[in-house]
Amino acid sequence: MSLLSVQDIHVYYGAIHAIKGISLEVEEKEIVTLIGANGAGKSTTLNTIAGLHRPKSGTVTFAGEVLTGQPASRIVPRGLSMCPEGRRVFPHMTVRENLEMGGYVRPSSEIQSSLEEMYTRFPRLKEREKQVAGTLSGGEQQMLAMARALMSRPRLLMLDEPSMGLAPILVEQIFSIIQELHNSGVTILLVEQNAQMALSVADRAYVLETGNISLSGRAEDLLHDEKVQKAYLGS
Amino acid sequence: MIFLDNLINGLSLGSIYAIIALGYTMVYGIAKMLNFAHGDVIMVGGYMAFCGLQYWGVPTVLSLVIAMAVCTVLGVTIEGLAYRPLRQAPGLAVLITAIGMSYLLQNLALMIWGANPKSFPTTFINGSSIRLGSLNISSATVYTILANVIIMVLLTLFTSRTRMGKAMRCVSQDRGAAQLMGINVNRTITVTFAIGSALAAIAGVLLCSSYPILQPTTGSMPGIKAFTAAVFGGIGSIPGAMLGGVLLGVIEIFGKAYISTELGDAIVFAVLIVVLLVRPTGLLGKAVREKV
Ligand SMILES: Nc1ncnc2c1ncn2[C@@H]1O[C@H](COP(=O)(O)OP(=O)(O)OP(=O)(O)O)[C@@H](O)[C@H]1O
Ligand SMILES: [Mg+2]
Repeated sequence: MSLLSVQDIHVYYGAIHAIKGISLEVEEKEIVTLIGANGAGKSTTLNTIAGLHRPKSGTVTFAGEVLTGQPASRIVPRGLSMCPEGRRVFPHMTVRENLEMGGYVRPSSEIQSSLEEMYTRFPRLKEREKQVAGTLSGGEQQMLAMARALMSRPRLLMLDEPSMGLAPILVEQIFSIIQELHNSGVTILLVEQNAQMALSVADRAYVLETGNISLSGRAEDLLHDEKVQKAYLGS
Repeated sequence: MIFLDNLINGLSLGSIYAIIALGYTMVYGIAKMLNFAHGDVIMVGGYMAFCGLQYWGVPTVLSLVIAMAVCTVLGVTIEGLAYRPLRQAPGLAVLITAIGMSYLLQNLALMIWGANPKSFPTTFINGSSIRLGSLNISSATVYTILANVIIMVLLTLFTSRTRMGKAMRCVSQDRGAAQLMGINVNRTITVTFAIGSALAAIAGVLLCSSYPILQPTTGSMPGIKAFTAAVFGGIGSIPGAMLGGVLLGVIEIFGKAYISTELGDAIVFAVLIVVLLVRPTGLLGKAVREKV
């Protein structure tokens, strides 16, 4: 049985029908990527799984429990965490405070060891520990946002465009971190504009087109798929 | 000596504004709404303490506690019944609801306690005065300034040290991201209303101790001034509310003493306008990040 299973969800913004019946699965220990053009509904899908939006119909099941319609405050403690599009760090809090908030749902006695763990994985954050997050560079903010999402010790980490707006060298770095996280046993659902990179780290992929899944399969196969190459890989 | 007298009176009045302004600013920061009924919660607090002292023969401190308890329940109830259902509604709908709530509270007070002003009893808060050289300071002034300082220290500790306080700061900075941390946003808003309303009760008792006339509209003018103070200091900022409130009180008293008694309130608003022209976010307000 899959760790995450989304069955035929429909999401509306007022009268706008943004997600028109999406189903997807993420197995334990997989990296699954969701690619698609701007406005296809990638963020809406992740936000719905995370509990920020309520689907009009359909179900979201995580680790055997139906989460549909539950608020995020009930979902995070179950081991599902998201690093949102645009980083969304708390700008007036320090790096350390941001990380501590990431561990909000965990007992405070466990926070310190997780902090150490994050500082080992992201040494840059250790150097910037006392700096206010709003003054970090884009790359540093992205690392902070990812580390903050990891502080809840998620079984499934959802990343929404972690490479957005970053220089190529940083994009490489972010993807190698994703790879490392995966090797250490975290299951990942990755949304990306950078389809090339996403498909090369992922096990499986879904292609989203205006609220529908138009293609899905092994990432490797999609990487060599003619339609995908034309539409998303610029070749 | 008149100068010092005025300064102390200004600090005292300003402290009352500051305590009220905290309620406006915290609710604005966390729930992103202007709770125009906040001033009327002060009035309810004043009446509850009045009832305790006058009708029920309850000691002063207990009367204050009763006022705080009633206002806390009132504030949380208003939020839950009137504002929560409008959480996704446009800001204007919430604003109009808040104004309506303000009139509802005033009219309920009119029904319960009548239109005739009540004279607030003398208690240990305002019952004595301290001589300092040629200065004669009322005990109400001392208690008011003291209360303000204590509240400021406690609130600062609360928001920087406690789990709930930190959650509230997160919600005020980015509600969506706060939800993703697992923070229950509705609960933080409830707690915010509870704290703001308990503070309103304290402000009500202090206000009535210095200006012992109580009627259903008692809360409106201080409410509006405190709202001004919150904007002046930077709405959403707790130290801003404190600074704005105290400055506003001092400016008001000095304006009345040295410029014109009639124009005292107008001077206050003129200063506000000048400050907002120079610093649109208020004295200590933080610029809101542009959403990309
Ligand atoms: N708050 C909102 N109100 C109304 N419509 C919205 C809202 N958020 C998103 N939409 C619409 O829903 C659709 C899907 O948006 P979504 O943000 O999920 O796309 P996306 O695939 O993440 O795009 P991008 O790659 O640009 O981030 C778009 O047509 C968008 O305009
Ligand atoms: Mg998006």
